[in-house]
Amino acid sequence: MTSTLKRSKPTAIFMSMPTSSRLRTNADLRQLQRTMAAALMQPLTRQDGMPASTRVDFITPNDRMSGFERLEIYARQYWFRLLDCLYDDYPALRVFLGERRFHKLCRNYLAQHPSTSWTLRNLGSALPAFITDLKARDVARVEWAQTLAFDEVLKKPLRIDDLLGADPSTLHLGLQPCVVLLQIDHAVDHFITAMKKADADVRGSASQAMSEAPTRAKVAKAPKLKREQVHLVVHRHDNQLYFKRLAPESFAMLTALRDGLTLADAIEFALSQASPDTDWPPQIRDWFTEFSQLGWFTQFPRKS
Amino acid sequence: MPANPHNGHTDLGIGLGLRVPHYRHILEKKPVCDWFEIISENFMVDGGRPLEVLDSILEQYRVVQHGVSMYFGNADPLNRDHLKKLKCLVKRTNTPWLSDHLCWGSVDGRCSHDLLPMPYTMSVARHTAGKIRQARDFLEVPICVENVSSYAEFTQNEMTEWEFLNEVVERADCGILLDVNNIYVSSQNHGFDPFEYLRAVPHHRVGQIHIAGHTRLDDVVLDTHDHPVPDPVWDLYAAAIKQSGSTATLLEWDDKIPSFDDVHAEALKANRHLHEHAHV
Repeated sequence: MTSTLKRSKPTAIFMSMPTSSRLRTNADLRQLQRTMAAALMQPLTRQDGMPASTRVDFITPNDRMSGFERLEIYARQYWFRLLDCLYDDYPALRVFLGERRFHKLCRNYLAQHPSTSWTLRNLGSALPAFITDLKARDVARVEWAQTLAFDEVLKKPLRIDDLLGADPSTLHLGLQPCVVLLQIDHAVDHFITAMKKADADVRGSASQAMSEAPTRAKVAKAPKLKREQVHLVVHRHDNQLYFKRLAPESFAMLTALRDGLTLADAIEFALSQASPDTDWPPQIRDWFTEFSQLGWFTQFPRKS
Repeated sequence: MPANPHNGHTDLGIGLGLRVPHYRHILEKKPVCDWFEIISENFMVDGGRPLEVLDSILEQYRVVQHGVSMYFGNADPLNRDHLKKLKCLVKRTNTPWLSDHLCWGSVDGRCSHDLLPMPYTMSVARHTAGKIRQARDFLEVPICVENVSSYAEFTQNEMTEWEFLNEVVERADCGILLDVNNIYVSSQNHGFDPFEYLRAVPHHRVGQIHIAGHTRLDDVVLDTHDHPVPDPVWDLYAAAIKQSGSTATLLEWDDKIPSFDDVHAEALKANRHLHEHAHV
């Protein structure tokens, strides 16, 4: 950890706030925890410090550190840990944006989207929608899809034989939760493949100490991200993550099945814009054979 | 003493924290190791490699669950979604006991993902003990609470940390995961005698012990788990074993992780104390 900076005393406005000197009720405890959480979760300064205006009158100083400095350790740990998590989950976005822009984006995102889950796995779930730049958003969408594909459930897959004799006009098929469909406007799959990034890590630490901001090896030079409309599936097979590009028609069929259309309606929807010159029935049989072999189909989830 | 109600009447020996860099070595070489401790939250997922690795480990080894987000000290109620997922994992691992920290970490649904220190007051002790009882009743497994390392103390404190720990575990009738490194770290940051803390611990409630390394800076000692166990922590460990008997011991090494063999060798140093001081 870099040495903690000496701070001025809290400003008068915060010193004048009433404090509960005794914790008698659960409401008192909640108020104390709200005050401390507000101190930790407010954005750090440009120097990675806690704002000087932070209320710290509930923390005892010791012979080496002020109450401010002691609380600042936790504030820094909070921000560095959450930033580190986004660094882990969005390595391609970091390369695409570059270190400075990525870091700023993460700080702004966390300020508006603090963690509301007991698991850090969900921390970056709203990042794609938070990004306004369309290229960067596509990169983030694909990386979030990788997170989902990595550890979403794999239900019992349906085989092609399971579908024999079924009535397409009433048959509903589910898609595995670990199969994610994405329509994107940039070749993010090629971009990520070019980066040759390793698979996602499982967080495995019980230590809560985060003494330094995330520092990684220098950001690699970003490969070119080409504009291209891509119908992409991010999926898991034998616990490895894969990208698979689909034709617009097969992608539309899977999307419709996922969204609850019957098999007959999904095929009709998929082919509504398709070329009439193509002999579609053998194509459709090939899709089902391939997707079934990949284990993508499952029972359609019943509404609870 | 080694086997007691708080560790499911088991006598597991010396274990290691299961960490990603060691997965391949463990799965391929199947090294001899008494047991592994897993971070529960890493495996509270619906599928994928984490659960496949866990199932493979469970075929070979005894696994004990250690959590980081139950937050017994939160003013908010226990998170039911979290508890349900945790119970599924308990059934999967058949963990003889389950541990989490004596701390708080979230309020109003906003989560710090940190192990934040508690204010040491009687009302907070009562509140915390009640939540530990609720969790144990739901999970149907013995619970040990771990003392955390801390860098700050509240002006509202009415008692010492060890007095607070005693109040909580007696009221909850639960076990203690005694982290001797955390005692040492906090003693350096708050200026108390770590052996005084140790002497005050109700040793019949100690179900497990943690050992680890830390990092000393100019003004503060940080609980980093990225070094071998330093001598002052071994001294505390020896004293803890002398008082508690041969207790299940776990080495935590979470950053700058060396090879499995190096981590295991460091953990096995605990044997000299177990053999010298275990008198139960």
